[in-house]
Amino acid sequence: MSPAIHIEQVYKSFGPLQALKGINLTIEQGEFFALLGPNGAGKSTLINLLAGLLRPTSGRLSVMGHDVVTEYRQARQLLGVVPQELVFDPFFNVREMLRFQAGYFGLGRENDAWIDEVIESLGLADKAHTNMRRLSGGMKRRALIAQALAHRPPVLVLDEPTAGVDVELRQMLWAFIKRLNREGHTIILTTHYLEEAETLCSRVAMLKQGEIVALDSTENLLNRVPGKNLRLRLAPSHLPSTLHPMLRANEGDIWTLALSEAAQIEFVLAELRAADVRIEDMQLIEADLEDVFMEIVRA
Amino acid sequence: MIGMWTLFKKEILRFWKVSFQTVAAPVITALLYLLIFSHVLESHVQVYPGISYTAFLIPGLMMMSLLQNSFANSSSSLIQAKVMGNIVFLLLTPLAYWEVFLAFLAAAIIRGIVVGGCVWLVSLFYIDLPVAHPFLILAFAVLGGGMLGALGIIAGIWAEKFDQMAAFQNFIIMPLSFLSGVFYSIHSLPPFWQKVSHLNPFFYMIDGFRYGFFGTGDIDPTVSLAMVAVSFLALSVLTLQMLKSGYKLRG
Repeated sequence: MSPAIHIEQVYKSFGPLQALKGINLTIEQGEFFALLGPNGAGKSTLINLLAGLLRPTSGRLSVMGHDVVTEYRQARQLLGVVPQELVFDPFFNVREMLRFQAGYFGLGRENDAWIDEVIESLGLADKAHTNMRRLSGGMKRRALIAQALAHRPPVLVLDEPTAGVDVELRQMLWAFIKRLNREGHTIILTTHYLEEAETLCSRVAMLKQGEIVALDSTENLLNRVPGKNLRLRLAPSHLPSTLHPMLRANEGDIWTLALSEAAQIEFVLAELRAADVRIEDMQLIEADLEDVFMEIVRA
Repeated sequence: MIGMWTLFKKEILRFWKVSFQTVAAPVITALLYLLIFSHVLESHVQVYPGISYTAFLIPGLMMMSLLQNSFANSSSSLIQAKVMGNIVFLLLTPLAYWEVFLAFLAAAIIRGIVVGGCVWLVSLFYIDLPVAHPFLILAFAVLGGGMLGALGIIAGIWAEKFDQMAAFQNFIIMPLSFLSGVFYSIHSLPPFWQKVSHLNPFFYMIDGFRYGFFGTGDIDPTVSLAMVAVSFLALSVLTLQMLKSGYKLRG
């Protein structure tokens, strides 16, 4: 079985700017994969290369075994892409636009049942005959996802699908995308909400300045950051100098310390008592992907 | 084939949904030209013996409207899709560059012929226009619409904002169409300007098209047909090259 996505030694330059510097990545069929990285890391460039919107300076990319340049027809047939920007065709309504989109991929009336299913699943049924211009931002976002799915692609790429989307819609979208994944679709997403990647994705690649700096299962990545975070509210808001090596973050009177093991709590409490600092609130938190992300991006 | 057909259908629907703007408005504009010029010049000018100035004017106006609207169809569709960003929905599809070309071209020709045909229909209320060579009329309509449709694709790919598109339209398309002999025979021009007119491909389209109605024109219609066909082919090759290379569309 050929991998859903195979990326081999891909470089992309825009004039003097090297946006991608030798990316190698394989994503298997059926994976739920996250591409993380700060703005300008090269996530969208990589997606645009997969989609054929950009051409690589060198290297190869393939979708289910089909090269995106030399076998672009097969590759694009297998790929659905949800762009980051809320773009739409102002002339047509939701259903017309979805039918056109499926038609570009060679699908006719026989595909209408699937289009109805997508419309229904994304909660667009009562907007199916509304012009794209008149949809709210959230509805436009749903329509964009529907558009990427119109031709029933086995591989779905979502570029920041939940940017600027309210909590309710975000949960609804994820429930739908999880269902697609269960039904066998390979899902690749970029997101700024790290907790989303953490709960949804089985594997994560982190990009920084055009290079993959981490590529592992979500679980392994989480294990990379030592243990737990201890969040304390202190009065007076002062951290004894002996605890400074453990400090991860400080905001007002909230101090977050990194613990490699739970037993360190005793040491922290003793030091605070000795310095006569009172604990007003205390929370022990598992390290999350954000910690890994910050650690790696800072490195 | 379904993909190309879908794009063609979408391009047709796109102008048809706003047909007041894309069909009715240019027909009204052509009729205003017809009313004013025929009122002012009918009794003073006779270009060809036995043909009234109003009759002379109508095929020219039909062709001018056809050309301008073929250009407008492909160019405005592309520039809007580029500025709005929804061009990605086309670029993400497995459509080949030549399928995109043919779909845009065919829709542009249809819009041109619909507008030109409407000018003709309305003009029937004024005057009974002869039809000497119907196939010649059709050939010039299709080739002229195709040439401007291709030019519209080129402009749509090249322009990055509406301002540049307006420049293309106002500084290239408008002067070429107004100075092509729509309103006059080039034989009425001084010899130098007659020679300049021969460099304008629009002149051959108008003159050959008019020949199809009256059986008479400024030059031999086969020369016009050859000039228009060669210009159309040259522009098509250029357009196909641009689409194939992904110029300004795929980075």
